Amino acid sequence: MKNLIIAILFIPAFVYGQYPDGKELLEKIDENMSSDSRIFTSTMVIHGRRGSRNIESKSWSEGEENSFTEYLAPSREMGTKMLKLEDLLWMYSPSTDRIIKISGHMLRQSVMGSDLSYEDMLDDKKMTESYDAVVNAEEDFNGTPCWVIDLKAKTDDLAYDSRKIWVDKDRFIPIKQELFAKSGKLLKRMEMSDVIRVQDRWYPRKMTFKDMLKEGKGTEFIVTEIQFDVPIPPDILTKGSLKK
Amino acid sequence: MIKFLIKGLIRDRNRSLFPILTVTVGVSLTVLIHCWVTGIFSDMIDMNARFSTGHVKIMSQAYLENIDQSPNDLALMDVSKVIKQSEETFTDMNFTPRIRFGGLLDAPDEFGETKSQGTVMGFGIDLFSPETKELDRMNINTSLVSGSVPSESGEILISQEFAEKLDVKIGDPVTLISSTMYGSMAMQNFTITGMVEFGTSVMDKGAIIADLKDIQFALDMNDAASEILGYFNSGMYEDEIAQTVATEYNSRFLDVKDEFSPVMQSLRQQNQLDAMLSYSEAMIGIIVFIFVLAMSIVLWNAGLLGGIRRYGEYGLRLAIGENKGHVFRSMLSESVVIGIAGSLIGSIIGLGFALYLQVYGFDVSQFTQKTSMMIPNVYRAHITADAYYIGFIPGLFSTVLGTALSGLGIYKRKTAQLFKELET
Repeated sequence: MKNLIIAILFIPAFVYGQYPDGKELLEKIDENMSSDSRIFTSTMVIHGRRGSRNIESKSWSEGEENSFTEYLAPSREMGTKMLKLEDLLWMYSPSTDRIIKISGHMLRQSVMGSDLSYEDMLDDKKMTESYDAVVNAEEDFNGTPCWVIDLKAKTDDLAYDSRKIWVDKDRFIPIKQELFAKSGKLLKRMEMSDVIRVQDRWYPRKMTFKDMLKEGKGTEFIVTEIQFDVPIPPDILTKGSLKK
Repeated sequence: MIKFLIKGLIRDRNRSLFPILTVTVGVSLTVLIHCWVTGIFSDMIDMNARFSTGHVKIMSQAYLENIDQSPNDLALMDVSKVIKQSEETFTDMNFTPRIRFGGLLDAPDEFGETKSQGTVMGFGIDLFSPETKELDRMNINTSLVSGSVPSESGEILISQEFAEKLDVKIGDPVTLISSTMYGSMAMQNFTITGMVEFGTSVMDKGAIIADLKDIQFALDMNDAASEILGYFNSGMYEDEIAQTVATEYNSRFLDVKDEFSPVMQSLRQQNQLDAMLSYSEAMIGIIVFIFVLAMSIVLWNAGLLGGIRRYGEYGLRLAIGENKGHVFRSMLSESVVIGIAGSLIGSIIGLGFALYLQVYGFDVSQFTQKTSMMIPNVYRAHITADAYYIGFIPGLFSTVLGTALSGLGIYKRKTAQLFKELET
């Protein structure tokens, strides 16, 4: 009987001991998802109530702070450019020939009618810098064995106060994420698939975002081409490049 | 007989002065409050009809479900076809498309950089077609404080308060940042040609008006509109007819299986105006009832006092052979004369005050700064045809009722004791 009680008391410690350290997992995720710089082209497939439409763009980004995106198609969006320098975001539209600073509540608006907000696009920080992580379970997602990690924001200024992520045990890609508000309300769901090998790292070619507060079938973000750690031309990440 | 009674009333002021004064005060208050309440509610309804609801409104079913968000991604398509169908079906109405949109208005500095930005509520309305009635309907010419109404594409009107906030003046360029019908970011340059004061805080805080076609282009809404507003050609809202029109339209054109098929609602069905209309109708009834009741009690009391004062007179009249019914009827006839006189004077005074409030109104803008409801900044009384006779209802009814109640005492007098009473 005494041995049984001791065994029961030690079961949680034993089970907990099976899970890897949350911080270490986040570091491995960051190694895959973050880079010093990257250039990629993508297609955003937005599924709305009236049908779907595709938006193509090319992006240049440097570190976590700076990025530049130019929209390539369809014709109505072609030539629209977006520049993010640290916490600031500017937008240029050829039809108005104006550079507009996007701030305040506009940052919570959807990008091109997608399920992504400008805040989502600004939020490029490494996960290890933004969240504390606790591994809570292991589950299969779409046949892939995963660690289930609960993340809690380290600061108040993040777009999402907590996240629950399902991390591929072998490739360390967060193949499913649930993003929550401070109130605990589920705001967005994200799934990553088509994981490919690019320059010694795993990277998901397809990300599906679903804004849980609006109707529609979500937005697919498909990376058609990507290069990591390539030099970014110095004039790209400047306001001058918006009108070029 | 009436002449005799009138002479009696004029000669004996104790019989007429107090009751007439009471009726005058009561009737003038009834008329004034009736005009005031009618004015407030009809202004609110009229403002809603002009700016928001129309007499009837056609939208897509999906838009109607989320109407509070003005979701242009769920807007109505093939608008010209819908309008043609509607005008062919309801020949005594005219229909006009409108786009309501939200977004930001960005004013540039001399280098083209953002100088100021503000949240905007916008209207795309038909400004330029020869048959348009939108300028009158939205009181644009009378609301114009400075500048002029747009005369060509790319021009807008802006509320004066909003223009001051953005530090822009007539002739300045501004950029509208909004969402297209498909959710993309929309940016469009406009030039300010005029400033307006709409007279309702919710719009004066930050509104712009542009031509429908400009907004259709900016928001990628080709032959689409948020809503189509229908108005009776008479210009007057007629609730029952509007509801019949909506029912008939929906039975013909509504397809419940298609969330983008058009659906029509009458003014009463929108913006919680059903409650407001019912409330205004009930309010007028309640006001008349309260005044009838209050004045009846006062006049009953006055009648009792008069009865006591004229106790001897009634006794003498009964003693010399006048029957009780005749005395009672003569009292009622006197009260009718008093009621008519009091109601006439009261109506004139009440209408005078109502006319003053109709012309000058009562400014409540300081209390409505933060409201999001479409309510006017200046409340005005409204003299309707009812106002000329509505005072006579409580005026006559209460005097007759008060006299009848107090006069019942006559039937309790015992003829055998009359002379004994008169001796004392």
